[in-house]
Amino acid sequence: MTELPLIGEAVAVAAHPQLAGAKIGVVTFPGTLDDRDAVRAVRLAGATPVALWHADTTLGDVDAVVIPGGFSYGDYLRAGAISRFAPLMSKIIDAANSDARLPVLGICNGFQILTESHLLPGSMIKNDHLKFMCRDQVLRVENNTTAWTGDYGVGQEITVPLKNQDGQYIADEKTLDALEAEGRVVFRYVGWNPNGSRRDIAGIANAAGNVVGLMPHPEHAVEAGFGPEDGSGTEGLGFFTSVLNKIVGDNK
Amino acid sequence: MPRIVVDVMPKPEILDPQGKAIVGALPRLGFTAFSAVRQGKRFELTVDGEVTEEILAQARNAAETLLSNPVIEDVVNVEVVEA
Repeated sequence: MTELPLIGEAVAVAAHPQLAGAKIGVVTFPGTLDDRDAVRAVRLAGATPVALWHADTTLGDVDAVVIPGGFSYGDYLRAGAISRFAPLMSKIIDAANSDARLPVLGICNGFQILTESHLLPGSMIKNDHLKFMCRDQVLRVENNTTAWTGDYGVGQEITVPLKNQDGQYIADEKTLDALEAEGRVVFRYVGWNPNGSRRDIAGIANAAGNVVGLMPHPEHAVEAGFGPEDGSGTEGLGFFTSVLNKIVGDNK
Repeated sequence: MPRIVVDVMPKPEILDPQGKAIVGALPRLGFTAFSAVRQGKRFELTVDGEVTEEILAQARNAAETLLSNPVIEDVVNVEVVEA
């Protein structure tokens, strides 16, 4: 693993000594792109990243799991469709649904894998304008009671990179109404809907709030000088500090 | 060797962005008779030997679980094609 920092002074926000003991798994599938960035985000937040391989048959003793972005299996068949049946995914599905409610975050392709796994409802289809989209995207936090959003305020706007081709979130009207009624829309696009997603939805949660998926990339906005130029550039770090605080809180 | 053909289409109520792009391109080539296009997928599953009811049931199961996503797609056809 590359040691911090790559440039300049990296500032880890960890204050609580228990945080460094928290282990966050980052899954790599064939074709995953953003696992290294996710690992770095976990470390910058103050936790210990654990590399997980799709063919692993055990999750070990991780306290949470990040399924990062990329093009697992080349997006063949449907984005996330083949990864969903990887040996490690069945372990993640079981752990997410267990009484322990393992926190799971799916970013971009990871979100697609979570919908294919039925951990989250709905699905993603090609962007309505058919083009790959890469931009800094403003999101509004709609729910800060999930395992991954506790460090944000409701209504807070954050800017993180967005980059996808199959990013149009769709579900039937009944499912969308239920998501709204239950407060499970966690993030909405602000200013412009970059892919035609229903009701400007950028991210959602399961009913228990331990599983969150979103298309934009918080792990690319965790370090000054590398993230979006609007705002602090580090507005994605809250995902990773949120889950740490959740883990530490649960272990008290 | 016999093959089992599985056809999958986007659900009717779901906008098919690829089909929309294709219908936009057709008139530019002079194909003006088509008012809509929807793009689906065809899978060909080769079977070594005879296609039994059990194997056909497996194909239907695979079509529903892996080959299609019921949230956005319908399996519109599963049939045996002799080579």
